Amino acid sequence: MVTTSNNPPLLEVKNLRVEFPTRRGTLLAVDDVSFDIAPGEVLGVVGESGAGKSLTGNAIIGLLEPPGRIAAGEIRLEGRRIDNLPYEEMRKVRGARIGAIFQDPLTSLNPLYSVGRQLVETIQTHLPLSGSEARKRALDLLKEVGIPGAESRIDHYPHQFSGGMRQRVVIALALCAGPRLIVADEPTTALDVSIQAQIIALLKRLCREHSTAVMLVTHDMGVIAETADRVAVMYAGRIVEIGPVRDVVKHAKHPYTKGLMGSIPSLGVRHDRLTQIDGAMPRLTEIPAGCAFNPRCTERGQRCLVERPELMSAGASRAACWLHDRGGVGAPVARELVDA
Amino acid sequence: MLAFILRRLLQSIAVLLTVGLVAFSLFRYVGDPINAMVGQDTTMEQRDELRTKLGLNDPAPIQFARFIYNASRGNFGLSYRTSEPVGRLILERVPATLELSFCAAIFILFVGVPMGVYTGLYPQHWSSRLLQAVSLFGVSLPPFLVGILLILIFAVSLHWLPSFGRGETVQLGWWTTNFLTWSGLKALILPSITLGLFQLTLIMRLVRSEMLEVMRTDYIKFARARGLTNRAINFGHALKNTLVPVITVFGLQLGSLIAFAVVTETVFAWPGVGQLFIQSVQFSDIPVMAAYLLLIGLLFVVINLVVDLLYSAVDPRLRGGGSVRVAGH
Amino acid sequence: MATSSALGGWLHRVTDSDVWWSFKSSPMTVTAAAVTFFIVAVAFLSPVLAPHTPFDPATLSLSDGLKPPVLVSDDGDWTFPLGTDDQGRDVLSSIMYGTRLSLEVGLASVIFAMVLGIALGLVSGYFGGTVDAVIMRVADVQLTFPAILVALLIDGVVRGLISVQRHDEIALFVIVGAIGLSFWVSYARTVRGSVMVEKNKEYVQAARVIGLSPVLIMIRHVLPNVTGPVLVIATLNLGLAIITEATLSFLGVGLPSTEPSLGTLIRLGNELLQSGEWWITVFPGITLAALVLGVNLLGDWLRDALNPKLR
Repeated sequence: MVTTSNNPPLLEVKNLRVEFPTRRGTLLAVDDVSFDIAPGEVLGVVGESGAGKSLTGNAIIGLLEPPGRIAAGEIRLEGRRIDNLPYEEMRKVRGARIGAIFQDPLTSLNPLYSVGRQLVETIQTHLPLSGSEARKRALDLLKEVGIPGAESRIDHYPHQFSGGMRQRVVIALALCAGPRLIVADEPTTALDVSIQAQIIALLKRLCREHSTAVMLVTHDMGVIAETADRVAVMYAGRIVEIGPVRDVVKHAKHPYTKGLMGSIPSLGVRHDRLTQIDGAMPRLTEIPAGCAFNPRCTERGQRCLVERPELMSAGASRAACWLHDRGGVGAPVARELVDA
Repeated sequence: MLAFILRRLLQSIAVLLTVGLVAFSLFRYVGDPINAMVGQDTTMEQRDELRTKLGLNDPAPIQFARFIYNASRGNFGLSYRTSEPVGRLILERVPATLELSFCAAIFILFVGVPMGVYTGLYPQHWSSRLLQAVSLFGVSLPPFLVGILLILIFAVSLHWLPSFGRGETVQLGWWTTNFLTWSGLKALILPSITLGLFQLTLIMRLVRSEMLEVMRTDYIKFARARGLTNRAINFGHALKNTLVPVITVFGLQLGSLIAFAVVTETVFAWPGVGQLFIQSVQFSDIPVMAAYLLLIGLLFVVINLVVDLLYSAVDPRLRGGGSVRVAGH
Repeated sequence: MATSSALGGWLHRVTDSDVWWSFKSSPMTVTAAAVTFFIVAVAFLSPVLAPHTPFDPATLSLSDGLKPPVLVSDDGDWTFPLGTDDQGRDVLSSIMYGTRLSLEVGLASVIFAMVLGIALGLVSGYFGGTVDAVIMRVADVQLTFPAILVALLIDGVVRGLISVQRHDEIALFVIVGAIGLSFWVSYARTVRGSVMVEKNKEYVQAARVIGLSPVLIMIRHVLPNVTGPVLVIATLNLGLAIITEATLSFLGVGLPSTEPSLGTLIRLGNELLQSGEWWITVFPGITLAALVLGVNLLGDWLRDALNPKLR
């Protein structure tokens, strides 16, 4: 979905910068990241561990753990700035306007309270419902996420559910106050492979039914290809490519994205060899000058060593790569990769 | 649940019997009971006769059984030191120790736990840091030193509170109590603080560290992400999860208090069971030592059992006897 | 040459490490370390540094008795800067020797407990079965009693078995044994847990197949894993051991007055407290408190520095 003036974006992130002051200096974990999410759309955010995707999600819901902090940039939800809200104001936004789902369903639920109690508590925090109304809503939600025997299970404790069921409960909890956006941080990584598909399908269906947008953070490209409308690829704290999912997957424009796509095996297509990107993502204290990916890039040129590319038009998507600029990359420079 | 209770009961009985065995071995094999009872000029034959009469020549298991039987009826023989029945000696002194321990426990519960919660919720605040520093003192000062210091300040210098003894007590049946007289209550203050201080700092630090751990968990993070109020998070979720392990420790502390009364009672010349025990160690009065051992053992076993049951009542994960029922995907 | 550069290299790694950084950045810890090391150094050098030999009766004279500390009253005497007790013994020297004893007992009992606990933990974890069950039962029973009671009990038993003089002579060993025996359980449990985890790993089975002694292999692999937790337990125990010894001595069942530790000194002084000669109790008391406080602070810092969760 493309955002136009008739269809303003639900979430706008502009030039977000997240820093971590440490004794060795300040780490820049998210560097000048900008993107929008339209109402009801699913934006995938993909990248390796440490690329900054989770931190971006945390910054959006306002739960960056100190000493991490938002050093610059703006985050707007439905036009209203939320990155600089006082704690109490942001608290009201959380759950009611933005929901969150985390990776491990076992540790996400308080073991000492029944599932129903946790649901009702969340509902009543944000909605003016009575106890019995809240409980009815909780019950309906449990049925919606596919918990069999919800009438009795609503009073069960988290340890009495299996992993997949627990994540369904987590989804119910995230949706119960009716948020417009869900930030899902690796929602299936901790689950059995056979369950992952079910949960993803559930998430997708529910969000469509409730018109909830999703920011789906994951390192699993397969999940993105199945679920997302658009995808943003992150590398070393920056977005290197963003665009409709079909375009990015089939016609990647950034060399890093090309490498990522080439490394996914798929049935029915003959691969002589899966591509591999040599080298490793740089540490946040040692990000190279110019384009962060240049030491590993087979198509780099002089310009890539010196000038940092911003996201620029490349077909239907945008990529941060000089290859798509009229000026080009300059004279080619071979890679000098040291064994990682 | 029933299986769990049964299992714990059996464990407790096993522990008690082991303690009894140790007490019995002490009784029988350390020193010679006969020598303590008779004079110098009793002949060997007379001693032997006495031995048989007292059943000391019977096989060990029979003696053990007899010992346990006697113990269950409160009969521990005669003290080597005073020749009084040990059972009576202990009974006389039990109220003093129990009341002292009770006061100390109240002190710990109503001062230590809240302090721990506070410093756990706001660890960076200057008042928290101050309390942390003070608590370090509490852990480093041996209880007897605290007692001496308190006596120096409040009794010897300021003359506000008595420096030894129980003050006036009131007899209620076989129990003597401090709570009904003003001087009795005053006499309780310094010893209770002394007895409780060490444990108080332990509890405070435990509650604090548990609180800090809990606040870093994923479920607290998820609770925040759902927009729950601070009050709901701190007192609904965090506190409950923190207090569960604290229950165990507090329960064990109750037992410790009674045991540590040994030191406090010596410093304050408090006529309790602890002081009796110290005297028995100094004089090698085995019957008293053995009896005290059994009593403390019984106390601890009962406390442990109650704490375990309480734990499983509060933490739903333990209710199914530890097993987790899983129902479909 | 090789050793000095290796030493230099190691020193460089230490000063560059996170642990050292967290040490330097906490003024309280540095102060605690300084105070503790000062006390420890003075204590161990007491034969050299102490101005008097308070426990050699030949050097004492009753006329020196009950002198107050120098700065507090005009009766004071710079030869006895902290005063003397009723027998004419110099308080400062008594404190020095006493601290040394307190430290010796504390360290010895912790080491004893560690060795015993690790050994029993290894045996219990490796052999499992009845051996394990028995050892753990004993541990359970022992854990129902606080350390001080166990120590008191052992002392009382020994007292009942041997005469009073003999007991005084070997008091040091009895105390170390008693305190050590009351602390072994935590080490044993930790090591046992580690052993049980390692026991089932494949390299142990592989070693068995090759014919190597799996016990030795396990020790090589288990012990490095447990050093961290064991150290943590030891730091917690050291302060407690010193306090336990002091308490036992204070109660009259620890080190005797012929070889007094700080606890004994406090007991001796306590009897004079009511009549106003406070310095005989207070100075050893302050020293004891400072020592244990220093040890605890260092222990706290070490635990935080080694705790990966807090980094």
